[in-house]
Amino acid sequence: MTTVFSIFLLTMLIVTAIAIVRIRDLFATVMLSGIFSLLLAANFFLLDAADVALTEAAVGAGISTVLFLSALAMTTDREKAPSSNRIIALIVVATTTLTMIYASFDQPTFGDPDAPIHQHIAPWYLETTRDAIDIPNVVTAVLASFRGYDTLGEVFVVFTAGIGVLFILGAPSGKPRQTTDFHSEGLRHYLVPRVVGRLLTPFILLFALYVQFHGDYGPGGGFQAGAIFAAAIILYSLLEGEKRALEAIPRSWLIGMTAGGALLYSAVGVAGMLLGGNFLDYSVLAENPVAGQHIGILLIEAGVGITVTGVLLSIFHAFTARDKF
Amino acid sequence: MTLTLLLDIASWLLLSTGGVFVFIGGLGALRMPDLYTRMHAASVTDTIGPALIIIGIILQAGLTLASIKLIAILLFLLITGPTASNALASASLLAGNRPEFAKAVTEDEKQ
Repeated sequence: MTTVFSIFLLTMLIVTAIAIVRIRDLFATVMLSGIFSLLLAANFFLLDAADVALTEAAVGAGISTVLFLSALAMTTDREKAPSSNRIIALIVVATTTLTMIYASFDQPTFGDPDAPIHQHIAPWYLETTRDAIDIPNVVTAVLASFRGYDTLGEVFVVFTAGIGVLFILGAPSGKPRQTTDFHSEGLRHYLVPRVVGRLLTPFILLFALYVQFHGDYGPGGGFQAGAIFAAAIILYSLLEGEKRALEAIPRSWLIGMTAGGALLYSAVGVAGMLLGGNFLDYSVLAENPVAGQHIGILLIEAGVGITVTGVLLSIFHAFTARDKF
Repeated sequence: MTLTLLLDIASWLLLSTGGVFVFIGGLGALRMPDLYTRMHAASVTDTIGPALIIIGIILQAGLTLASIKLIAILLFLLITGPTASNALASASLLAGNRPEFAKAVTEDEKQ
């Protein structure tokens, strides 16, 4: 039954991908890419990758759609007619596809217990997590502790991306520009969305905190929580106007959050070094190594969440603060 | 034993009725003439359809934490679905997109 459902979802993914390529209306393309992400999230969930599914749903289907729409508001919603040189593009794509299909013949079959990925280090992670870290969600243990250095790199990628977008779009400072109705008023005249949005915003924030702090026990963690937190603030900004949202969390805070989360993560690593361990070794943070691991994971997940929230909200505000090109 | 059988039958009925509603909603979204009638059909797929399906699943799950989560999801869907429909319809009206029947009425008045 699961196989049938996977095949259905994968077929829908291909159909959606073809539609995204074919449709010239960019607004429809953005909606379709949201649907693509949601289908992909369902697919990840079928593969028992709940953490990845949650990330894909929150970032791919949620935040990315909003950011694409903000970008569309500044440009046009029609794709330009394709130029020439399509033959060359076709040859490149066909060659790459054939190479990848050829390479896939060497891959172990899906779910093969003898596959290298199940033989190499995964069994060690599964065994060691219980004794050394003692949290039920092995994914969080791998992400935050065993491979904490990789995750630090990811946080700095997010941080760098945020800084890059701010450099390109320009973080407005000083006196505010001429505001249109939308920026000061939002959807304040629309009663139903406004009432419901105000009703739901605290619950979305609460859910973000749940995802943040429940990451040790179930699917979740800083990346997902940051995206959900940012989504709640973006909803508030759409309903009440950008000005009110910036009063709630000012730009200077956002810059501080963007840098501060990454800094908190690195500081935990340096603290481990100062207390006599290795960089990002949390065992030395407390008397009991397991308790130290818990403290370290909590702190670095908080750092991840803060940076992701800061970057996403900075990008959103950078988009909405710009005039149409 | 009979209780579980009854619960199974009830949840089976709810699940299949929910599925039928979702199917009808999808059919309507494809076949109706303009945006407003299509939305009217499609709104079935995010109100009564998932409501019946989720209640059907709750009967299967019993009194567990999963049921409470499902009830939370149901409440969320019942609040957000109609709100989204309302926002979409008012946005479409504001953009000057008038329903088919309103156009027909204006044509009649002209004649």
